[in-house]
Parts: sequence; structure tokens; C-alpha cells
Amino acid sequence: MTPRTNPSDRWDPERPSPVWDAPLDAIEGAAEVGVLVFAGYGLNCEAETAAGFEMLGARPRIRHFSDVIDDPTALEDVRIVVFGGGFSFGDHIASGRVFANRVRARLGDRLASFVDGGGLVLGICNGFQTIAKLGLVPGLQRRAGDPLAPQQATIEHNDRLGYRNGWVRLRIEPESPCVFTQGATGSLLEVPSRHGEGKVLLDPAFEAEVLEGHLVPVRYADAEGNATEVWPDNPNGSPGGIAGLCDPTGRIFGLMPHPEAYLYPENHPDWIAQRDAGCLPTRGSGLGILAGGVRAALR
Amino acid sequence: MTVHRVEIRSSARAGDALGAQTRARLRAWLGVDAPRVSTRRIYHLDLGLSDDEARRVCAALADPVSEEASLGLLEDEGADVWVTVAFKPGVTDTVGASVKRAAEDCVGRSLPGRAYASTLYLFWGVERSVLQTAAPKVLCNPVIETATVSSEPRTLDLGVPQAGSDAPPVVGTVALREADDHTLQAISKDGMLALTLAEMQTIAAHFRELGRDPTDAELECLAQTWSEHCKHKIFAAPIDFVEEDGTVSRIERGLFRRYIRGATEAIAKTRQESGIDEADGPFLVSVFHDNAGVVRFTESDHLVYKVETHNSPSALDPYGGAMTGIVGVNRDSFGTGRGADLLTNVWGYCFARPDYDAPIPSGLMHPRRIRDGVHRGVIDGGNQSGVPYSRGFELFDDRYLGKPLVYCGTAALMPVECAGVPTHEKPVEVGHSIVMLGGRIGKDGIHGATFSSAELDENAPVQAVQIGDPITQKMMFDMLAEARDAGLLSGMTDNGAGGLSSSIGEMAEFTGGARIDLARAPLKYPGLAPWEILISEAQERMSVAVPPEHVESFLALARRREVEASVLGVFTDSGRFEVTYGETSVVDLSLEFLHEGWPKPVLRAELDDLAVEVDGLPEGWQDEGAVGERLEELLASHEFRCTVDIARGYDHEVKGLSVVKPWIGVHRDVPSTATVMRARHGRSEGVVLGEGIAPFFAADDADAMAKACVDEGVRRVLCAGARLDRMAALDNFCWPDPIRSEKTPDGEHKLAQLVLCCRGLRTACEAYGVPLISGKDSMKNDAVLDGVKISIPPTLLVSVMGQMADVSAVLTLQPRGEGDVVWLLGMTHADLGGSAAERMGGRFSGAVPTSDVMAYAQTYAAFAEVRDAGLVRSADALGRGGLGMALARAALSSDRGLSIALPSLPSLGAYGWLFSESTGRILFTTAADDAAAVERALGPHGLLRLGSVGARGPGAAVTVMHGTRRVLERPVAALRARYVGHGEG
Repeated sequence: MTPRTNPSDRWDPERPSPVWDAPLDAIEGAAEVGVLVFAGYGLNCEAETAAGFEMLGARPRIRHFSDVIDDPTALEDVRIVVFGGGFSFGDHIASGRVFANRVRARLGDRLASFVDGGGLVLGICNGFQTIAKLGLVPGLQRRAGDPLAPQQATIEHNDRLGYRNGWVRLRIEPESPCVFTQGATGSLLEVPSRHGEGKVLLDPAFEAEVLEGHLVPVRYADAEGNATEVWPDNPNGSPGGIAGLCDPTGRIFGLMPHPEAYLYPENHPDWIAQRDAGCLPTRGSGLGILAGGVRAALR
Repeated sequence: MTVHRVEIRSSARAGDALGAQTRARLRAWLGVDAPRVSTRRIYHLDLGLSDDEARRVCAALADPVSEEASLGLLEDEGADVWVTVAFKPGVTDTVGASVKRAAEDCVGRSLPGRAYASTLYLFWGVERSVLQTAAPKVLCNPVIETATVSSEPRTLDLGVPQAGSDAPPVVGTVALREADDHTLQAISKDGMLALTLAEMQTIAAHFRELGRDPTDAELECLAQTWSEHCKHKIFAAPIDFVEEDGTVSRIERGLFRRYIRGATEAIAKTRQESGIDEADGPFLVSVFHDNAGVVRFTESDHLVYKVETHNSPSALDPYGGAMTGIVGVNRDSFGTGRGADLLTNVWGYCFARPDYDAPIPSGLMHPRRIRDGVHRGVIDGGNQSGVPYSRGFELFDDRYLGKPLVYCGTAALMPVECAGVPTHEKPVEVGHSIVMLGGRIGKDGIHGATFSSAELDENAPVQAVQIGDPITQKMMFDMLAEARDAGLLSGMTDNGAGGLSSSIGEMAEFTGGARIDLARAPLKYPGLAPWEILISEAQERMSVAVPPEHVESFLALARRREVEASVLGVFTDSGRFEVTYGETSVVDLSLEFLHEGWPKPVLRAELDDLAVEVDGLPEGWQDEGAVGERLEELLASHEFRCTVDIARGYDHEVKGLSVVKPWIGVHRDVPSTATVMRARHGRSEGVVLGEGIAPFFAADDADAMAKACVDEGVRRVLCAGARLDRMAALDNFCWPDPIRSEKTPDGEHKLAQLVLCCRGLRTACEAYGVPLISGKDSMKNDAVLDGVKISIPPTLLVSVMGQMADVSAVLTLQPRGEGDVVWLLGMTHADLGGSAAERMGGRFSGAVPTSDVMAYAQTYAAFAEVRDAGLVRSADALGRGGLGMALARAALSSDRGLSIALPSLPSLGAYGWLFSESTGRILFTTAADDAAAVERALGPHGLLRLGSVGARGPGAAVTVMHGTRRVLERPVAALRARYVGHGEG
């Protein structure tokens, strides 16, 4: 793999910084990996999420949540469950709240045994808000066979009230056990961020354990690559720049930004400049997060 | 039932973003300094819960990490004043609906009754009287909400805003047969029917023939169907147009057939004769007769496009009105054929200046507040629907004070075929069931269609406002797309203006009749009269035709997806629209009278010489030495300043298909010339969107305005890479009332402007071969308030949708390399009338650009060849602000300097060169090595080599030579400082 120079938003070929560079090609054996992508209730990113897994050769299937509830075999033959982006129940009350309550009540036990069996869970944006409220991340102090853990973190309104769509730089933390971010070189990944509630707050009782366990796989970074709390590099004021959380196994991962919205090189705001400079990737770098999941599902 | 009250507050760690925003708004909008503000969420649960269940629900609603909740009251923290903001009875409460859903999930059973959401604001250090005044301006919209301000100790308030009544559903009759003209007019005005005397007379005569009086519902149904909003009477009426030489031309079949449909039919014929569509099939798949236009795209997908306006509702309730604008046009595009997949939204707003400082007439809101509410409404509506936006613009002119213009549009992809039947067809047959689904019916939106067909005054009905519920709609769309793919439905249409009376009345034409029973329609609350059920414009509803053999599976699917669906009736071939309430007859009208019975008076159109010279240009405004100041002032003006922080509130990347985003450049803060989206995952084809709008040219020459609009739209998508032979356009007319009357003595002039505009539109569309595939007109954009009439300038919006085979070939306006050559294609004339620079200086008259569209068409064909040969590296369409603004965009987007040399011409000083708004011009760059080839190909089309692109870096500057004199030299950083200096948003 040839390392690429950094296409940051202040495009500057003279000052390269290390791009998080995961292999983006189709993965051998990926056809074994069934991926369940939830739809319904106002979720709206299922198409691009499934398209990404398809590009990698996996077998994604978009299913309405109510059909999954009605189908006792729905989680069989599935290695990755994705809670994707959107506005489940309009984010009314609080983002992900109504959906998380419903998932806990109707699918909680099946999800618990799914993750106990080594299943992977990815939550993106509204999906992250949902799995945090569902107790899947950080999911501390839960033993196999237990019900889902209680909620230990929450996602609050952005400090600057309101939705914001803009690209952010994520610093990928190499010490994290997160399997979705492994297998790449470099540390900076650019992806779109699109949310109104993205400020991650940890229950103080669990904060130390989360940080010591490196359960923060991704942080918002400034142009120098340092974690930041400063807007707009950090769009929501999340302390320490926390952009996502994983569980101690690293197989459950949620993040606010949207790797599934960077499947094509042309998604990047500077893609024409990247092409002129000869460093346009063959596929969108966001695909690397999905690829990490597929590779882990095969292990 | 026992009502429980839940109160929730954030912990100190989580912060209170709404409280902080409220503080900031009080300061910015009213100059009120509140030392501390905090907010709490209140839910009233009128759900028949036991106390123990209510405690569990309370716990499920609050966040255990960041919030504290109480069933009852939390302590007051010594606040001085508190304000409770709640919806008025009957207003759609989407949060309340989700609270009920959450409660049901929590207790594991379905619940009766409702939940209600409200907000409690606590203030420290502010007088109660101050907040009494501030509440309706900052905290709530009195049209739909109440604010209770108090400084007394709080007590537990368990009241809920229950709506409805026990009134029995009575069908009344209206004594029309014996009414004299005065009475007929009074019935129309008092009933908000917006029917003219001639129309009332026609209806009375019809019922005299039938030997009975109409029911209240029949009269309402006719008023809705015959409304300007639904029937486009001004565009259908015969017109006598007085030509410049005094002769009178009769436009017998009306403006729409002659100029709009006429242009499209002529283009279709030319295409057919040229054989251009032989390989792929006709480009025009479905035009004019459906909710939106449909054109051919790939072998598997057609493209659908529609733009609407939602002006009057946005004037009353900017947030709710604008939100229903966007989710409403979503339904138009979705409900085309048997259903299309939404791709992207567009919006455009015309407001009075946000810093308008003259007194605001009573009944109007300050334009700043309208602007804020409109943005938030379209942001929430679009984002929650999961549809990204592509295009957005704002224009400011104080003539939009009376009615803001709120354009909302949606492009969609329609699978060519679904379940073996072409998707654009609606094979509805006699015996198919009429199913209504989505939201329930309430009094909201009653008279929306007739209201928007009247001028705004202080007595505007509050029920004309609808509140959007994007999630209910999204769940309905998801379900309907499944039903479409499974072949369960034969037709569908949106329940928009006029409600069921319009949607079923129109669908009845498929089979020649329809019969529905209003008693089967689900209501939000009891007590609606049958006529109200029939014409309510309650949102998020579609009417669908379902073949009898599929009704059961259709309803089962709806239940699984939690979408409410009700069979209301059946399609017939009786030739009648029959409505009952149970056994009682409500409406029995012949379709022929309903749709064709309205009288078409001949209108008269004649231009007046009304031109008033308004010339307040300060001394030295046009001086060569001041062009740099002019450019900086323009960059800092409301019209051009950077508003990216507002725009970032709109999702523009959901679906993951964006290629050229709405904002581009190294700082991602310069509006793109056109936007490009990949259409489907895994494919290379792209959809290119651009638009043209030029209301400042209308007063001088409406024909020139129309040509300028088409030209700008076409040129924008051309610059980005669109194929010339696959462009389609939409026309949206927003006009001041063009019917002469006591209140509108200049109606004939305004109608003449409309005729000229239509002529220009047809001429330009034919010249470019761009068909008009759908459109909309809004013809009463006037307000009479405090005795003063405020009319908008005639405003045409042309939205162009282009196609490209491979998105990797797109171009943006951003220059790409040092040493690249900067070119200007197209002739520059002294077209300063209506230009941004002149308007800023206070001059609102002068010759506007006319467009030689036949010549432009040839220029564009030549440019497209050079572009497709890969020679062009960046391209921008010159528009408002002229060459000066285009140069600024090039510099701001690239952080590169530009060295520009303008030739000395006697007719055109440096000011004219930089700020003329001559149409048909493109600023583009190429590699220096390709200069000779570019000269050869485009030399005959008015090509000018302007200069070169410089390096990036702190020293980058824009320099402009005029002849031998340096007339402008500005560091890019200085231009940027003026451009972003205001930090809006």
C-alpha cells in the first residue's frame, strides 16, 4: 500500500499529514458476512450503508425493524448489525430515546445473545445515539448472559444549538480495541458530520474506565491532528473531542460522523484538487470503517 | 382520565443549549439582557396511566446520565419569572405523539388519549412585563402557540389543550338560487371562498337547473377546485393583449397552452423530427398532467422534478408554513406516477432586508424573524425526511415585506418499471378502492387553497396554517414504496391544497367518477363538519388507488409499518363526485361541472408607461477608482455575504451521493454554480441542478427577465458539465395580483408583464431546446395592511435539471492551477439596469440585459464541445454582481490571486466591465498550453483572454487593469474578510 498525503480541508500539498489509510478493496470471503441494516421509523441512511457493505463483497440486507421483531430467525446468519443514521421517531423527546426504549423492550434479549456470540454492532449518528442509550456502548461491567447494560453515556445537544453538516477530521486512536478502526496506517480520517445532538457525555461513574480502556476510538481533530473541543473542528463541543465509543471487546462501535457517506472519492469536498495532486483514493476512505468490521467478522 | 405531568431538566454538566440560544436571541432581537435563562421540557400524559405506570414512563422519557425528571414539579431554583409555551388546541403536536408511542412501548399496551409537549422557560433578573412583551416575539408564535407568563409561585398545572367538540356532523345548505349579486359576493367573501361574482353566478345558475341549493360542502368543494391555486385560472383564461403598436392580439387558449405547454410541445416535435431520442425513447416521459414532470434518464430510472411555493402560510407561521412547503413538495414528487424515490431538495427565499428598520405594519412579522423561521422549518422538514438539499438562494428586497416568497422543490428518481408496469402510469380502474393514509384530519389548513388565492390582510385565518410532521410522512413514504414495488397500488396523489376535495376530485377523472364516505376518515378530534373533513389540508396524507384484490395486503402492510390507512370509497364511472357522511349525502356534483364549469372571462393586458426613474446613485459611485470599494461593499451586502453557517443547518450529504456540493472551495464557503449528485449507488450518472431568477429586471422588461432566468439556469448546469440535449426546466411564477379591480387599478399592466414574461420564456426555452416539464403559479402576492398595499415585484424562477453520463467529468468554479488562463466567453454590454451594484447605490432603473438566446445557444454548443474535450478546468456562470463577483468567487474559492486585464472600450468603463449583468457569459480557466485550441474553437463566440491564475498563499491578490490603468488591487484575504465578516447564523 502506498501512503497518501493528506487531503485536509485546507488543502496544502506542502504540509502532508498522515492519512488513515485502510484497504478499501473487496474482501476475500466477505460473502460469508451477513449484515443486517435496520430501516423504518425515520431512519434514512440504510441505502448508502448497505451500498458500502456491498462494495466490500459482504451480504447486506435492509430490513424494517418491525419485520425483524416478527422474524425469530432474523439474527441468524448475521455477523454485523447496523443501527444507521436518520431521525428515528423524529428525535422527539431526545435523539434515539424512543427507538432505544423500543429496541430494549422488544429485541434486547436477542441482541444481548447476538453480541455474546461474537456478533458485531455498528451505530452511526442516530444509530450511535440509539446504541448508547441502549447500553451497548460503552457497555461496561456486563458479563455474557446478562441483559444489555444500563445506559452509561449519553449524547446531548450540540453546544451551538441546531443541526450542522460539515466535514470533520477524525483522529483514529491506535490503542483502542475497536475492530472497525484497525488494519490501517496513519491516523486522520475525514468524513462528513451531520447532527444536532452529538456531544458525548459519560456517566462520571464510568468515565475513568472508558478512558483507561481506550474505548474512545475516534476524536475530532484540528488541522495539526490534535484532539479538539473547538468549533467547528469539533462540531458539538464533545469533551476531549469524543466522536465515538466502543465496548471493551471492540466489536461494538458507535460514532457520530458518517463514514458511509464517504464511499466514493467524489464525496470529498476537495476531490478535484486531490485528483490534480495525484492523491485521489480509488474509493472513499469512509469505506475503511465498514471494511474493518467485515474483516473482524471473518476472524 | 387522570392527567400526569412530567417535568425534565438537564444537569449542569449537560448544559442548556436552548436556554443559551434564548438568551442570545433576547439580546440580539430585542436588546433584552437576561442574566440567566434555563429551560425544561414538560409532558402532560392524558393516557389513562396508573400512577405507577406514569412513574415508569417518566423514567423512560428522561436521560439517566444527563437529566433529572419528576412526575409533578421540580424545584424553582429561585427564578423570578417563568413562561410556559404550549400549542393551542388542535395544533399538530408531533413530540406529544412520540411521547405517547414511548409510553405505549414502556407499559406494553396501546393507550387511549394523548400526550402533550410544552416548554417551560425560567428567567432570572428580568421583569415579568418585559417577558410579556418578548414572549410572542422570541419564545412563541401566537398563531399556533400560547405563552403563559407568571411570577407567582408555581402550582401543578394539569390542564391539557383539548380540541374538538360534541357538535353533530351536520350538512347545511346555502341559499344560492335566490341570492342577488350583493348576497353572492358576501357569501364568497365571508366564507373565504375567493370566488368571483361571475363564478358565484355560474354556480347559482347550475343549481337552479338542478332545482336545489348546494350543500355547504358542494360550495366549498367548488371553491377549492376552482381556486386560482388549483385551477390556474389566470393562466387558462383568454387574454386580449395590447401590443406595442396598439393592435390587440387574442391569446384564445390562455397563456399556459400558448406559451408554456406550447414551448414544450414544439420542442418535443423538434426532437422527434431530429431522431435524437430514437435510441433511448422519448425524453419527455410525463409532463403537465401529473404532480411533477418526468423525463428519461437511464435505462432503469426516470427523473422527476417539481418546485412549489408556500408563500402565504410562511408569512403567518414561518416555521410551520415553510416546513409544510418542503414536506408538501416531497409529496408531489413522491406521488408522481405510482411513486418516485426522493433524491434531493432545493429551496429559494425572497425576503425584505433582515435589517429592515421602518415600522412593520400590524399583521406582519419582521423579515428577520420570517427568515429565521423559514430556514428552521425547511431545515427540520428536509433533514428529518432524509433528503439532502442541493440548491439554495436568498434574495432581499423590501417589496417582499408583505409576502415572502418561499420556493421548495424536490428531484426524485422513478424506476422505469415497477411490478411489470411503467411506473409513471396510473392504471386506476372502476372498482379500485380509494384509500387515504398518513396523518389524521383536523381543522388545520382549512381554506389554504382559497386563502393563498387572496391577498393577505389582518383577518387571515389561523387555521390556514398547517404544521408538518416529517416522520409520519417518512414512515408513509417507506411503506408506499414497498407497496409500489409489490404492485399493490394502481395510482396515488398527494392530499395538498383543497384536501380530499381536490385529490379525490382529480383522481376521479381516471375512471370518470368516485364515491367516498367521510364517516370513515380518521379525525384528530371530534366535531368536524363534513365540509371541513372534505377540504381540510391537514398534512402528511396521500390518497391511493388500490385494486380490490390487494386491499387486504395493502392494509396489513400499513398496519405493520404503523401507518394509518382507511378505505374511504371506490372509483366509479358515474361521471360524478359523490360524497356521503354515513347515509347522508354531502356532495353530488358532475365531474364535468366541477372541472370545466367555471366561467372564463376574457382578460385584458396592456402595458402602462409606469416607469419611474429612481436614481439615487451617490456622486462618484461609478468611478473607475472606486470599483474595488464597490466590490467589497457587494461582498459584505446581504445579497452576497457568506451565509454558509445558515446553510450548514441543511443536510446536504445524506444518501452519500454528493459530487459537487452547494458550497465549494478550499474553505467550503463559496456557493457553487450548480450542484451535481450521483443518482444511484454504484453508477456513474449524475443529476445537475441550477436555477435562474431575476426579479430586478421585471419592471423594465418582463420578457428580458424571463430570458435571463432560462439563460442563467441553463448556463449554470452547462458550466458544471450537463449534456445540452438532456436539460429540462420548471417555471414558477410569483406575481402581484394581475386582475384589474378597485384595489388593483394597475392590473392590466401586471397582466401585460405576465404575457411578456411568458413570451420570453417560450422564446428562450425553444432556443435552447429546454422543455418546461412542470411549474406552478402563485398570483396574489400582495398584502394590504394598515391601508397600505405592498406588492412583490413580478418574479419568475426557472429551475433547470441537467444530466451527465459520468460524474467524474464535473467542473466547479474553483480555479485549479497557477498559470492557468482566465477567459471570458460572451459579450459584455452596459447592462446596468437592475444590477446589484446599481441597486446597492440606490438606482432602480435603466436598461436591463436582453438576451440573444439564439446566438447564445450556438455559443453554448461550442463551449460544450471544448468542455467535453477536457480543455476546461473550471467554469462559472456570470449572474448577479457580474464579472466582479465572478472574479471574487474564483479568488475566494481557490485562495489564489488573479491577474486580469480589461480592454478599454468607449462604451464600457471599468465599472461597466465589472458590474454589468449582461447574460450569456461564462468565466472559465484552461491550461496555458491549451490556449490556442480554445481560441480556435471559441474565438467566433465573443471570447476574451482576461489574464491568468496566480499562486496560493498569503500574498495572493486580485488585480484588474483597465487599459493601462490598475483599477483594482485587493489581497484575497481582504476580500475574504469582507465576505465572511458578518458571521450570520
